[in-house]
Formats: sequence, C-alpha cells, structure tokens
Amino acid sequence: MGEVKPMFRQSDEMPGTQPEDDSRPVQLHVDNVCLRFPKPGGGEFSALENVSLEVRDQEFAVIVGPSGCGKSSLLYLTAGLHTPSDGEIRVADQLVTGPGADRGMVFQGYTLFPWLTVAENIEFGLKRKRMPAPERKELVDHYLNEVGLTGFADNHPSQLSGGMKQRVAIARALANDPKILLMDEPFGALDSQTRLQMQQLLLRVWEHSKKTVVFVTHDIDEAILLGERVFVMGSKPGRIQKILDVDIPHPRTLDMVMEPEFISRKREILGLLHHDLEEIH
Amino acid sequence: MTQRTSVVRDCMTPRQELPRKLMLGTGIAGWIVVLAIWMIFSLGDIVPDMFLPSPVDVVNAGIRMIDDGTLMGHIWASLKVVLIGFLISSVISVPLGLLMGSFRIVQAALEPLVNFIRYLPVTSFVPLFILWIGIGIEQRVTVILFGVFFQQLVMIADISRGVSKDLMQAAYTLGSGRRDVVLHVIAPASLPGILDTLRVTIGWAWTYLVVAELVAASSGLGYISLKAMRGFQVDVIFLAIVVIGLLGLITDQVFRIIKMRLVSWEK
Repeated sequence: MGEVKPMFRQSDEMPGTQPEDDSRPVQLHVDNVCLRFPKPGGGEFSALENVSLEVRDQEFAVIVGPSGCGKSSLLYLTAGLHTPSDGEIRVADQLVTGPGADRGMVFQGYTLFPWLTVAENIEFGLKRKRMPAPERKELVDHYLNEVGLTGFADNHPSQLSGGMKQRVAIARALANDPKILLMDEPFGALDSQTRLQMQQLLLRVWEHSKKTVVFVTHDIDEAILLGERVFVMGSKPGRIQKILDVDIPHPRTLDMVMEPEFISRKREILGLLHHDLEEIH
Repeated sequence: MTQRTSVVRDCMTPRQELPRKLMLGTGIAGWIVVLAIWMIFSLGDIVPDMFLPSPVDVVNAGIRMIDDGTLMGHIWASLKVVLIGFLISSVISVPLGLLMGSFRIVQAALEPLVNFIRYLPVTSFVPLFILWIGIGIEQRVTVILFGVFFQQLVMIADISRGVSKDLMQAAYTLGSGRRDVVLHVIAPASLPGILDTLRVTIGWAWTYLVVAELVAASSGLGYISLKAMRGFQVDVIFLAIVVIGLLGLITDQVFRIIKMRLVSWEK
C-alpha cells in the first residue's frame, strides 16, 4: 500500500479541490455544509461536517464512500430535498433553497410513476413546465432512443426489468434539461452484468449530452470507471477525505479496469477507505 | 394415477395455481352443497314450511312478485337509497381523505374526531335521525351516509398516507410544486386503494340500508321482509335476502370491471 497518501481532514487543505487546468465554470458549489440530527438520548449526530466541494460544468464527478458516510445525504441536500444545518449549496450560482427542475435526480430505488407509461413518465417534468405536446413528443423520442428503449414508449413500468426502469429514470431526468444530474447509487439494485451495461450506457449518454453529473456510489470500480474526478468520503463524521483525478481519456470501456492507472487509483481509494474503517473500530 | 396424485398434491400446496376448470367446478359444487342441504331440510320436512321455505317456494315468490310488478319497485327503492347515500359519501370522502393523508394539519384536525365517531354504532343514531329527519328517503340516505362516510375517510386517508415518499421526491426533482405532488402523485398512486375501499364500503352500505328500512320505510327490500315476517311469508323474506345478495354480487363485479379499466397498470 505504498501509494496511500496522508489523509486530509479539511477540504480547503486538499490539493485538487480546484483543478488548475480547468477553465470550465463551477456548476455546483458546496460550501462548508454540515448536516446534524438530534440524537434520541440527547446530543447531536453529525452526518456531514464542513463539506466543501466544487464540480465544474460538464464534469462527471463521483462521490465514493462507505455506507453511512453521508454521501447520499449530500446529494439530497443538493437536490433541495433536505436542508443543511449549516453552510450553503449553489448550483449555477443559484442558492439551493428547495427542490427544483434545474437539479434532476435518479434515485437508488425505482421511482417511475407506475400509473404512467414510459413516454408519460419521461414527459412528466415537461408537462409541469407546460411544454406543448409536439415538443414533448420530440424530446421523449430523442431520449428513448438515447437509452435504447425505442418501442417501449407505451409500456408501463411494471412490464420493464430493473435495468430498463433505471434507463427510463435517466431519460426522464435528462429530458427535463437540468443544469446538473444527481445520481444516487442508481445501479445499486441491479445484477452485476446489467450494471456493467448501464455504466457503459451512462457514459455514452453523458458524452452526448455533456451534462454535469454528480454520481454517488459505494463501488470503487464504478467510481473510477465513470468519474473524471472522484471524491473519496470518510465517515463519523461524514467528510471528504481526498479528491482524485482520473486521467483516463474518454470514451472509456470496460477494458480499462486492467490498466495500471485504474489499478493504482483503486489501490489508493481502497487504502483511504480501509484507513477510515480502522479508525472506527 | 400419477397425474391424479399430482392434482391432489397441487390442491394441498400453498399458493399453487390450479386448472381453471377445477376452480370453476369446485365453486359450483359449493353452491350445490348449500342448495342440497337447504332442500333436504325444507323438502324433507325436517323444518316446517312455515319457517323454512324450499328453494322452489322462493323462486315462485319471486315470479309472483315480478308478475304483479312489486319486486322491481322495491328493488329500485332500495337501490336508489344505496346509490344516493354511497355517492354523496364518496364524493366527499375521497378528496377529504386525500387531504387528510397529504397534509398533517388536516389529519390533526379531523382524525381524533373521526375516530370517535366511527366507533359509534350507526344503529344507535336511527331513532335520532327519525326524530330529526322523519321516515322519508332522506332518513335512510342519512343512515347510509353516516355508516359509510367515516369509515371511507379513515381508509382513504391511510391509503394516501402510504404513498411512497420516493415517488413524491422524484416528482419534486422534476419540477413539481406541492399542488402537483398531491394531484399528480398522491392521487393517482392512491387510486387502486381508493377503488378497493369503495368496493368494500358499498357492501356495508347494503347492510345499513336494510337496518334503515327495517325501522322506517314504506318500500324497499328491507321493508318487504319486515312486512313478510308479520304475515309469516318466509318465502318473501328469503327472496329479499337472495335479491340483496345478487345485487351485492353485481355491484362487486361492476367495481371489479371499473378497477380493471382504470388501474390496468397495477400488474
């Protein structure tokens, strides 16, 4: 484990918080965010402690960490579904005060509306925006094609497999044209074969759409395969330990898991997570 | 031989699907058994005619009352009361139940009150309703309304409260406002449960109808059966019961079809 670097407690001390060679504007700004809950027996439980990070426009950022490190909470805070106890989050320079269509989200569980068809699910957000029907149809067709589900427009979610449901969920979020796409372990419930397919599909869709993506996972391979940058979190309290650049060019394929760059990244993240676990026990 | 043992085995296996013909045959056999026991007791003179008419007597009574035109009138009188009471109740309880399940403040305001009222036996209110409203159709409608409404309200509130929070959060991230979430997520997600509630409670409506008609009515199936008791026309009492059963069966099928049409997405 020669590659393991010393841990950093404070995000502002970390190298790589702001990639120097990157001129893309900051799309997501998380500034000293804390999330605390009152404990049943008194006192406070700190789920997130002074978390700061920046994600650039069109970047694919991955947050990886052990369960209970608050990585999903960070996503829910960004979506505006939770409120931080301290600190603030801005998306495209707009302060997050509640949920909104500018931050699309794909959830870990299946959240398609079962009473709507695939096409109706995808146009759900568009209808809220009162987009005219012809434009809606055009977008639905486009994104159905993007996720390889042309021909399933009139099916109901109950007729789809788990992987297909998540593809519709991705299409539904993207059709809404959010400024940032938040993904909370979207492939966590899928079998490993489907998972690999979905990762490839997501990379392809991302390369086409060039959306800013924040992707949460506990799977290290998935993190390195997908991310341009990987934020490694630690737990108790939830914080960002390290930010890693993954300099493997796109388009990425499954073969890259054999490359030395991949393996060295994996070793590094494993080291960080193990260290974190040892600290707890 | 092996095939027969496997069918027996299937019958004894929990949740094991059986051939359609076997299911249908067994269902018919159930009816035949009941009818046979009834015929043995009535035609075999084990119970005197005065207390237990034979199925033939009941059919004859039915034919007689259809011929003189009274049966349809009584059926319509009862059906009208059930439908009016049930419709008024449902039209209020469905939206109010959705609000109760969606907004904590509505729940806080109504739940303690509703839970108190719904445990009061409706029958104990019948004298009061007669005193207040009289013995017209309004009184019978009120009995059904009172018997069904509070039950519907609590059941529908529970159903809408059980709608997955994930679906609501997904809707918010797609740009829905709070109103959208109630109208476009909580309401459609509750629909299958609401239809089940209506299907169950219309059965109760029939029960309360008979209660109301036994006490104060001049027409209807409950009324003819009370009148028949006074004249020892047991066949007419049986006829009234059979007709109510058949009407219940029909309403149940109607709800089944409505549900199949409206929530075909469920399976």
